[in-house]
Amino acid sequence: MDSAPSVNATYLDSAAQTLVKVLVAGPFGVGKTTLIGALSETTPLHTEETMTQAGAAVDDLEGVRDKDTTTVAIDFGRRTLPHDLVLYLFGTPGQRRFKPLWEDISRGALGALVLVDTRRLGDSFEVIDMIEEAGLPYAIAVNTFDDAPNYEPLVLRDHLDLAPDTPLIACDARDPRSGIDALIALVSHLLTNSAMDSAI
Amino acid sequence: MSGREGRRLVPAYMATGGRAQPSRNTLDRLTLLSAASSRLPDRLPPAERQLAVLVRGGALSLAEAAAYLKLPVSVVRVLVADLVDTGFLNARAPIPLAEQHDQKFLERVLDGLRAIR
Repeated sequence: MDSAPSVNATYLDSAAQTLVKVLVAGPFGVGKTTLIGALSETTPLHTEETMTQAGAAVDDLEGVRDKDTTTVAIDFGRRTLPHDLVLYLFGTPGQRRFKPLWEDISRGALGALVLVDTRRLGDSFEVIDMIEEAGLPYAIAVNTFDDAPNYEPLVLRDHLDLAPDTPLIACDARDPRSGIDALIALVSHLLTNSAMDSAI
Repeated sequence: MSGREGRRLVPAYMATGGRAQPSRNTLDRLTLLSAASSRLPDRLPPAERQLAVLVRGGALSLAEAAAYLKLPVSVVRVLVADLVDTGFLNARAPIPLAEQHDQKFLERVLDGLRAIR
């Protein structure tokens, strides 16, 4: 009794042999899912992840009492590239209380695009700290909301305490080309680092 | 973050028969799953059967299989490990991080991105 698949899956191209993971990180509401949707060849999918209380240890547990688990949806999308590559983009929550989940998602990631909203710069500090602690290379993509303040790059770098070589680019999360440019900036940065490492 | 829609095909707590750990610990979200055999094993628990039927249609990452089956990644890791053990499923780990930071590899990714720009 071979039943037909009960879901309409979009399968990988049979030539696609190398799966690459990039995180799209940032605080809630910064446009992670929008960017993933703009870059993906399929409608973004999501997995539902259960966090136990252990993962929420630094959170304020008052009023949680009986609720010792939290469910969080992790959005992701994929884009097939030439040369048998498939890029997977995982939306990654920026809060420290999701750290165990964060570590699981980020394992093996090539790097991270950190989406920043200049109206709420402070919201990005936590996620940038976590990425640096994990030793994950990253680029900052400033999602250009229409009503957001337009900082000079140097001022923004100073606010976010960025290393001089960390890429900082403007990005319209709705625009696929803009998203690809942000990814190109990230991978170019990795390539520069790799070239420097091998020159030592 | 997105809203949830639909129901799980199998309740998460039932899917693994109560086991929380997969029989191998190398299964990543990007582990590439493909069917090793076109014939489904005769007796499979419902959740494993759903996964086997899904992957028989083509290759998918473990994360995608979890999303389509509406099961947590931790549960699908257990199911994948079981189906690999029974010989139905091939699971290939993604390339190691050290190789990803190889210049040739990064150039390949960069070329790919420029090609779709």
